[in-house]
Amino acid sequence: MTRRRIRHAFYAAPALALIALFVYYPIVENVRLSLFKFSVFRPGMRYVGLENYRQALQDPVFWHALLNNVFYAVTSVVFQVGAALVLAAVLEELIGRRLRGVLRAVYFIPAAVSMTVAGLLFQFLYQPDAGLVNGALAAVGLDGLQHDWLGDAATSIWGVINMSQWQSFGYTTMLLTVAIQRIPRELYEAATVDGAGRIRTFFNVTVPMVREMTTLLIILTVSGAFLVFNEVMVMTGGGPANSSQVLGTWLYASAFTGDDMGYAAAIGTVIFLITFAAGALQLLHSRRKAVAA
Amino acid sequence: MTLTLGRTARTAPEPASSPTGRAPARFGPVAVRVLAYGALAALAVAVIYPLCWMALAGLKTNGEIFADPWGLPTDPHWSTYADAWQQGVLGYLLNSVLVTSASVLAVVLISAWAAYGLTRLDIPCSQPALLLVLGAMMLSPTVALVPLSQLLQALGIYDTYWALIVLYTAFKVPFTTFLIRAYLLGQPVEVEEAAYIDGASRWQTFWRVVVPMARPILASAAVLQALFAWNEYAFALVFITDDRLKTLPVGLADMAGRLNSNWPILFAGLTIAALPMIVIFLIGQRHFVRGLAAGIGK
Repeated sequence: MTRRRIRHAFYAAPALALIALFVYYPIVENVRLSLFKFSVFRPGMRYVGLENYRQALQDPVFWHALLNNVFYAVTSVVFQVGAALVLAAVLEELIGRRLRGVLRAVYFIPAAVSMTVAGLLFQFLYQPDAGLVNGALAAVGLDGLQHDWLGDAATSIWGVINMSQWQSFGYTTMLLTVAIQRIPRELYEAATVDGAGRIRTFFNVTVPMVREMTTLLIILTVSGAFLVFNEVMVMTGGGPANSSQVLGTWLYASAFTGDDMGYAAAIGTVIFLITFAAGALQLLHSRRKAVAA
Repeated sequence: MTLTLGRTARTAPEPASSPTGRAPARFGPVAVRVLAYGALAALAVAVIYPLCWMALAGLKTNGEIFADPWGLPTDPHWSTYADAWQQGVLGYLLNSVLVTSASVLAVVLISAWAAYGLTRLDIPCSQPALLLVLGAMMLSPTVALVPLSQLLQALGIYDTYWALIVLYTAFKVPFTTFLIRAYLLGQPVEVEEAAYIDGASRWQTFWRVVVPMARPILASAAVLQALFAWNEYAFALVFITDDRLKTLPVGLADMAGRLNSNWPILFAGLTIAALPMIVIFLIGQRHFVRGLAAGIGK
């Protein structure tokens, strides 16, 4: 009996071993390393307690990067949850079935393209002289807004954030469509009978009925916004003058350019805590649902 | 990344076939519909135009791109695509194919074993084991770049294909196990029990009964993993330094730097890199959406 149970355990063993070694261990080890000063090229580690965290508090780039992550999170929630919900509802309510499927697939396509491809493409689209963004602005008579989008410290992070909205809104629209389709049709019929217009129906039926999905998407989008790395690295490398750094790229720069490994680990711990908090909220949320159900 | 333990969204309808099969509920005033169609079409153009532009820019010359960015290529240079192919894209593509297919295979297999073990078999400490697996969905090991690079060096797999295969697999085992487990929980056990009583071993039952039964969710898991592994950048940037081993996302970024301002070759390379996943998505859309709906694989 016991021997059979142990034999059964082998089915789960590879998964558990991989997760323990490559997910849990690095995260715990990261917290330990954040208490040391060390570098790749010089041997030896010096225990410094919370010094790396104090360094972060006094590091203007750290705060600027954190602020950029917040911009990222807020913009993404507005477009990838708010606007995407409106879009999903419009698709479901107004558009015939076949066309609806086509549009949804088209909107999704950028999400199947890698951030590197999208980033390099948009780097050119934002180009000051030949870029299509400035060209489009000129075409509609907004020459005054033409700009070196990624080259100017004031707009660089927004160039990256906007590209990311282009890339990701189709993905969340797809998920919200699934949620809308699960709403019982009777609710809409009842709303019509009560004489509610489209807009009232949207706010009184659709929005509350998909709350589960929107809550989940908000949490996922926010934690995704604090893990951002790829698009910033590819489009601006954090520049110019660190204006578009986010926590992920600042971690990378501290570790592999600045060779301040302990400090990088401390930044990693901060990102971890933020995303973990988001994950824990999600867990609490789904627990509460499970209890309520 | 959801943690709806045991309660499954397996029966998620696919957007392509609305469960109610309804036509648009209420046809509004014509003006509203025209406005909506116009806005949606404009959005579709804004979404798809940059990608089409990229594919066409690969056929132009540098001069044409700068002189007339909006124009069609006057004399398409198909050779640019061949140049991009030879100047590195082929190598990066092969690396991506290798790493992606190995990690897809590994993650589906390991997660299916785990899901089977955790749902159907009597395993010591199964509750803590389940928590350990599903809890890992809330963690993002990308923040642990520093210890991970030490760990890979200690294991002697830093700067090898294994570094990426192992990490891509380990990172997505929790979510994939969650997906498959949720699916299995909704399936009857009777067939498996019958096979077992007929003398099949657990191992045979797994391969002959469970795998065929779970095929739809395994396909969804495979498509989601392929998309993730094909496009992953951070690990590929940090843990691979040998140019011959680089995958497309990092290789293309390097190529962009190397080519400096030879844009047509870059755009041709980007197009070649983007196509496989777009095609896989369009073909496997059904599986894709099911996977997303079942687990919100973000």
